[in-house]
Amino acid sequence: MTAEECFHAIFERIHKLEPTINAYVTLIEEEALKKAKQIDRKVSEGKQVGKLAGVAVAVKDAICTQGIATTCSSRMLKDFVPPYDAEVIKRIKREDGVIIGKTNMDEFAMGSSTETSHFGPTHNPWDTSRVPGGSSGGSAACIATDEAVLALGTDTGGSIRCPASYCSVVGLKPTYGLVSRYGLIAYANSLEQIGPMAKDVYDCALFLSVIAGHDSKDGTSVKAAPKDYTGFLKDSVEGFRIGVPREFFGEGTSGAVEEQVWSGIHKLEELGATIEETSLPTLEHSLAAYYIVAMSEASSNLARYDGLRYGYRADKDEGDWATVYSRNRRIGFGAEVRRRIILGTYALSAGYYSKYYLKALKVRTLIRNNFDEAYKKYDVLVGPTMPFPPFKIGEKIEDPLALYMSDVDTVSANLAGLPAISVPCGFTDGLPVGMQILAPPLREDLTLQTAYAFEQNTAYRNRKPALE
Amino acid sequence: MKKQHLSKKEVEHVAWLAHIELSEQEKVLFTEQFNGILDYFKKIDEVDTEGVEPTYHVLDLENVSRKDKPEPSLPVEEALRNAPKREKTFIKAPRIV
Repeated sequence: MTAEECFHAIFERIHKLEPTINAYVTLIEEEALKKAKQIDRKVSEGKQVGKLAGVAVAVKDAICTQGIATTCSSRMLKDFVPPYDAEVIKRIKREDGVIIGKTNMDEFAMGSSTETSHFGPTHNPWDTSRVPGGSSGGSAACIATDEAVLALGTDTGGSIRCPASYCSVVGLKPTYGLVSRYGLIAYANSLEQIGPMAKDVYDCALFLSVIAGHDSKDGTSVKAAPKDYTGFLKDSVEGFRIGVPREFFGEGTSGAVEEQVWSGIHKLEELGATIEETSLPTLEHSLAAYYIVAMSEASSNLARYDGLRYGYRADKDEGDWATVYSRNRRIGFGAEVRRRIILGTYALSAGYYSKYYLKALKVRTLIRNNFDEAYKKYDVLVGPTMPFPPFKIGEKIEDPLALYMSDVDTVSANLAGLPAISVPCGFTDGLPVGMQILAPPLREDLTLQTAYAFEQNTAYRNRKPALE
Repeated sequence: MKKQHLSKKEVEHVAWLAHIELSEQEKVLFTEQFNGILDYFKKIDEVDTEGVEPTYHVLDLENVSRKDKPEPSLPVEEALRNAPKREKTFIKAPRIV
């Protein structure tokens, strides 16, 4: 099969499924087909091609693509066309990957359900009345439906792992600083990372090998040597010491998820790992600390949207500067984005700074220390990715706090900057369950190997949503 | 009974600081939602953080710098392409005073 034929087939599938799924905000069909032809020509001429030659890649719409609208699923940026590519996009292109579209997300990545998008929600392929998770919901859904082969997501508090879990695909949040954030539209810079999403662990490892690496344009980029992460994929966890923090099964965890994840943990034990229940007491406080830090950083990052240099600007400039600015921001931002900016402003304001922001950062130190201690005893920590299965569209959207609670098991990896992967771990009533595997900083190899051994010895990856 | 952390008047003030206009209806709704969320945030008060240093970010990095060497940058036309209102090579701003 030629790349061109393959891309025709993918776009055919996209056009058939998009009215039901809504995974994409923008499609780049013509350009992608042109690229596919170029790759076919390169191959037929015997020229060397890159690691992602002919691979259809979907990109979360928070990552800048030169000449292609990058909206963050917000009215604020609906007409924004970046004049440059993010570093990760350059790396994908360098390896002959073909970008086929930009995927739907929660507005500015603020959410866990992809319901706050200005372009309407994405639907879960396993049950289209339910959410696909978020905020990288479009990226996870298009992998589950074979509307793309690889997808980029971003993860600030679980935004790659949550939708990976809810759509039964693999998603990895890398160590903070491993992947360049240059060209990522900022939400909470000390927490977020771009990461790979794929149908299986091998593809995820390959994709990570392409996007990871030092970039001088990102001041927080780690100077780690490039690695081929596929080289770490061994079908064994013999001798692995696995810790299971009981805080990952806290109040609010559904019985079905608990059962399914524990059966996954026992599978790892069967495969040669030693399993031990443990406790990381600071995890109890991670959700509150996370939201305070994330909102505070958001209030500062999103101050740039004034509607002047780019972004939404109301037709009439009535009133003074502050009035115009405030009006552009009311109309340009949806309710959740405004809530987080206002609460973040409050948490940073005089008199409340120490009570909220500074306090949360101190709790963050304790969470980090707690992980450091745990990793003296364990190679990886394992638990559920999400505390409950995918919920109905509209079920939680009116209650922000209830929605925040769904991030309870994912945010700690962001606060501590750790790598964490979500791998399919079964189903309950036909809805996917994901298992989360966390490792020490820069030990992506351990998360990938554990996930790979698990995947190779279970059949969940073979199950596909019934959409025909 | 939930504690009242923020009044509607305070929400109006913080929204003004953040330069976000709110409708009357939203002021009421946000006040209620913020109080629920802040009540949850109280959870971190339980933690003893006496003598603990804050973690602003997780990397052991300080003052990442590079040589001050001019490099090619965006042409003016490219840089202004996304501005909703322009005049020649300028961005049109609203009235300042």
